[in-house]
Amino acid sequence: MMSIRTNRRLPGLLRKESLQILRDPSSIAIAFVLPAVLLLLFGYGVSLDSRLVPVGLVIEQPGAETASFLGAFEHSVYFAPRVYATRQAGRAALDAHAVNGLLVLSADFAWRLKGEGEAPIQLIVNGVDANSARLLEGYVQGVWANWLQGQLAAQGTAFTNPVTAEPRVWFNPELQSRNYLVPGLLVVNMTLVGALLTALVFAREWERGTLEALLVTPVTIGEILMGKILPYFVLGMGGMLMSVLMAVFLFGVPLRGSVWVLALCSTLFLLTALGMGLLISIVTRNQFVAGMVAIVATFLPAFLLSGFLFDLGSMPAVIRFITHLVAARYFVAIVQSLFLAGDVWAVILPNAAALALMAVFFLGLSRRLLSKRLE
Amino acid sequence: MLDHILALTIKEFLVLFKDKRSRMVVIIPPLIQLLVFGYAASFDLNAVPYAVYDRDQGYAARDLLARFAGSPTFELAGHIGRQGEIAGLIDARQVMLVVQLGPRFTADLASGRTAPVQVLIDGRNSNSAQVALNDVSQIVNQFNQDWMAAHGRAGPPVRLVPRAWYNPNLESRWFFVSGLVGLLTLVVTMMVTALSVAREREQGTFDQLLVTPLRPLEILIGKAMPGFVIGVFEASLVVVLAVHWFGVPLQGELWVLYLGIGLFVLAAVGVGLAISSLALTLQQALLGAFLFMVPAVVLSGFATPIANMTPTVQALTLVDPLRYYLVILRGVFLEGAGFDLLWGQMWPLALIALATLGAAGWLFRHRMG
Repeated sequence: MMSIRTNRRLPGLLRKESLQILRDPSSIAIAFVLPAVLLLLFGYGVSLDSRLVPVGLVIEQPGAETASFLGAFEHSVYFAPRVYATRQAGRAALDAHAVNGLLVLSADFAWRLKGEGEAPIQLIVNGVDANSARLLEGYVQGVWANWLQGQLAAQGTAFTNPVTAEPRVWFNPELQSRNYLVPGLLVVNMTLVGALLTALVFAREWERGTLEALLVTPVTIGEILMGKILPYFVLGMGGMLMSVLMAVFLFGVPLRGSVWVLALCSTLFLLTALGMGLLISIVTRNQFVAGMVAIVATFLPAFLLSGFLFDLGSMPAVIRFITHLVAARYFVAIVQSLFLAGDVWAVILPNAAALALMAVFFLGLSRRLLSKRLE
Repeated sequence: MLDHILALTIKEFLVLFKDKRSRMVVIIPPLIQLLVFGYAASFDLNAVPYAVYDRDQGYAARDLLARFAGSPTFELAGHIGRQGEIAGLIDARQVMLVVQLGPRFTADLASGRTAPVQVLIDGRNSNSAQVALNDVSQIVNQFNQDWMAAHGRAGPPVRLVPRAWYNPNLESRWFFVSGLVGLLTLVVTMMVTALSVAREREQGTFDQLLVTPLRPLEILIGKAMPGFVIGVFEASLVVVLAVHWFGVPLQGELWVLYLGIGLFVLAAVGVGLAISSLALTLQQALLGAFLFMVPAVVLSGFATPIANMTPTVQALTLVDPLRYYLVILRGVFLEGAGFDLLWGQMWPLALIALATLGAAGWLFRHRMG
């Protein structure tokens, strides 16, 4: 008879939690709508790859050579060139952000080109966005080098560089930023559901007093925790499945690793995120504070400290140390390799182990604190 | 009317700050976040691990490899003896690139032929890969110039002379710290505004305002004030930290900066109030605020340039107040831009503030019944 009652308690809790989720549309929105919106933005909108960058060409003395130089830029997919007759006009355009860079072909350009010595082309970039400026310089060098080869071939003089660099890009040969950003975004999405949503859950029950009401029932602490974790786990995995399907079939991000490894590691990370959320809510017992702490301690680190957007290796040592405390970092490392490279066990195993440890830590701590608070 | 608003504002501040945790959460995290994220947020590459597979070992090879070793961007992680070792190193991300020189490298160079150097690079982080490849090109170009000068060969007839304005060392940290000022202002202002109204709703004390002599407009202003004051205060704190800790230059005028801050905080408060008046519970308000904030940050040009976005998405960014705020911040900090250049960013902010505050006021009136 005892066993029959035991079997009814957990399902009862699960049903109550599920009904609560289904009746509050904001939970569904965070689990599915927000991730979908983010994926669409990152898949279709946002990009680190420059295209049709407006660049100004100051051509003080138009001629055949300057025309061919301009032509090289017009044909490049990276640039949308605009011509200015004077340096002043070009500089004003750079100031007003009408162009991101300025190439100055001075009046004696053609003369110098045909004669001896060299003809310098001044390249001025707006350095405020340093990354884009650097990439712009690189693209300009590329177009310039190609143009030079063509120009010299036409003139009959050959010019060969002593050393040429032949790059071969592994895993993402077109260097599409989408393939880099979308897998990491899956981690951010899961942090939203796992940590943010659950952080509010207990806090709300504390505030309303419904948690203490549960105490007079025969439910155990473990069952309370399970009753909270399982529905949000299902929600999180559902969101993850949707995200993966969108990434692979809508955006064409390759998934070269095995699906079951992805599923297993997603489970580990989701459990960790749920543990973090629960811990926050148990410690703060106040929705306002829980919400702010969840954003500061889980979401923003997942966005900025996980290697999703900013390369971890280039950060100062102190910051790199801090990133070891961010659970999202380990999952991002797994996902970036799993999608683009395949089952790289040297990457998967240590990171998965770290995730498992963190999951046990957070869930265990939540359970202990919950016991203490309720007694 | 003014004493009504003042009374409500004082009450709002008391509620916000009487709880010690509430106090801490509003003041401390933004400062810590600026410190941590300010150092983390950067697209610059430092000490990128690379490996060398030198099958030549000649003097020219050593010269070229010495330049890699001397570059601050790269850090030598090891030498490779066999072709088969390469895949393991790159796959496991122990190195980001492998510089491979064939056995005839020096011989080819000495006899005037072109000598190729293969660069195998991990494309998983596409941005870092591109930046690294650019740096490799620069090293190779410099080697070429020196080689040609030393061997009496003429250089290329056309030379590119690059220069960067406003940020001559191309430190992306300045770009991001100024962006973080915007991000943190938005988060704090929206959280404080949205959550405080929603909390009252949930506790039922919002309805009690109905029996007071306060008019809906006074309630709106009274509820907006704490968010506005805290938002401007936070922004100032973060600006001071950015200038004095991170050394971000402040080239422009302070009043232009504060005009931008004021307008942006108004817009953020407006959005926060509008969201909270639609929400019935604190959870809904928090999640609604989130639903606005995350796309707002992603689309604002904080990390990825708006110019790189597809035209449809670029049109979407026109309603994002953070987009204008970031241009103002970066303009005043790094470019020394004045009001004449930034006016075009300020009037959309004012428009958004008006629209959202108006919507919030209307929603207050019609949802309070």
